[in-house]
Amino acid sequence: MARAPVRRTDSRLRLRHRLDHVLARWGYRRSRHRVEPGLWGLGDPGPDDPVLVTANYTLSFDALRAALRGRRAWILVLDTRGVNVWCAAAEGAFSTEELVRRVRETELAERVSHRRLILPQLAGPGVAGHRVREETGFRVLWGPVRAAHLPAFLDGGSKTDPSMRRVRFPLGDRLALVPVELVHALLPALLLAAGAGWAGGFLWAGAVIAAFLAGLLLFPLLLPLLPFRDFWPNGGLLGVLALAPFAWRLSRGGVPGLLAALGMLLLLAPVSAWLALGFTGCTPYTSASHVRREFRRWTRPMAASLVLGGALLGWRLFL
Amino acid sequence: MTARACSPRNTLRFDPQRCVGCGDCARVCPHGVFRAGGRPVAVVRPDACMECGACVTNCRGGALAVDKGVGCAWLLLKQALLGGEQRCGGSS
Repeated sequence: MARAPVRRTDSRLRLRHRLDHVLARWGYRRSRHRVEPGLWGLGDPGPDDPVLVTANYTLSFDALRAALRGRRAWILVLDTRGVNVWCAAAEGAFSTEELVRRVRETELAERVSHRRLILPQLAGPGVAGHRVREETGFRVLWGPVRAAHLPAFLDGGSKTDPSMRRVRFPLGDRLALVPVELVHALLPALLLAAGAGWAGGFLWAGAVIAAFLAGLLLFPLLLPLLPFRDFWPNGGLLGVLALAPFAWRLSRGGVPGLLAALGMLLLLAPVSAWLALGFTGCTPYTSASHVRREFRRWTRPMAASLVLGGALLGWRLFL
Repeated sequence: MTARACSPRNTLRFDPQRCVGCGDCARVCPHGVFRAGGRPVAVVRPDACMECGACVTNCRGGALAVDKGVGCAWLLLKQALLGGEQRCGGSS
């Protein structure tokens, strides 16, 4: 039986790859950034070269091959429907079954003399290493969280230090989520700003934009500096700070001004808070229990804030 | 069954009697909850657990359990409003 050909790749990221990454980050045709599943050869690998496993999402595949510059390796790509390793493992696409299937289908045992598969650590939720060994004879070695640490991992005899096994949420990773959140928030932001502008002029339109930017930009930027453990109050705090200049303008003019300023804060800070919660997204950062707890803890205060804010402003209309 | 909850903040449960000391939980955990090297394994950062389930999937002794859930606000909201399982769209 003819063996399926091994596709070839290299470690270079060309302009079209980088463009693809940008489009993916902005949410353009999110599931179309795919690579053909199966066995790939990086740098013409031989039977002794390592086998690394990844998802068929272009960003995952490209991060892996770019990290292996100057090396020879086999890359086994699983069909995760164009979804990255972490999300695919969580939803069951990057699974023990899919890995076993690909190992058998590519006749990997006949191409390599060793019996080791290096998996990205974040595939852990989806793949049971001991079961892969039972089914295929290949032992799973858990590689580092980040592909960038692979050279150190490979050169160090497949050993990791604790820092390679921890997921962090550094500035670059936080900012990388901004484009897609921005795209989702754009239409509601424009509609709300237009509505607010029509009702209350530029000041109110500006305030709405400020509230959105607080949740979308300030929050990821300043996350390590924020005082609360929960996302919602942190987002709310940033909202209040971003709205302060607008509320200050409104507060001129005695008690009605103060009430209007308070109304603005109570009505718009929850917008920032809600956008901050959106960053809980598909990051290995928050647990479902945490998010559920936030909903339980903050839904009523947020709702009360909106109602009170609306009442204060509505009151002012009738004064 | 001597499983006990590891932290009030999450649903991670560990039964030390079933632990075989393989250390895979420590290898797959993204937040350093476990420290391998002994039997049973040491649960050193239980509050840091984000319930991804990697340790449960990889525990051959069946010593670990967690209520696995995606910590994504949008997804949880969708599930609450529309019911049933929703697919994680993945913004990354």
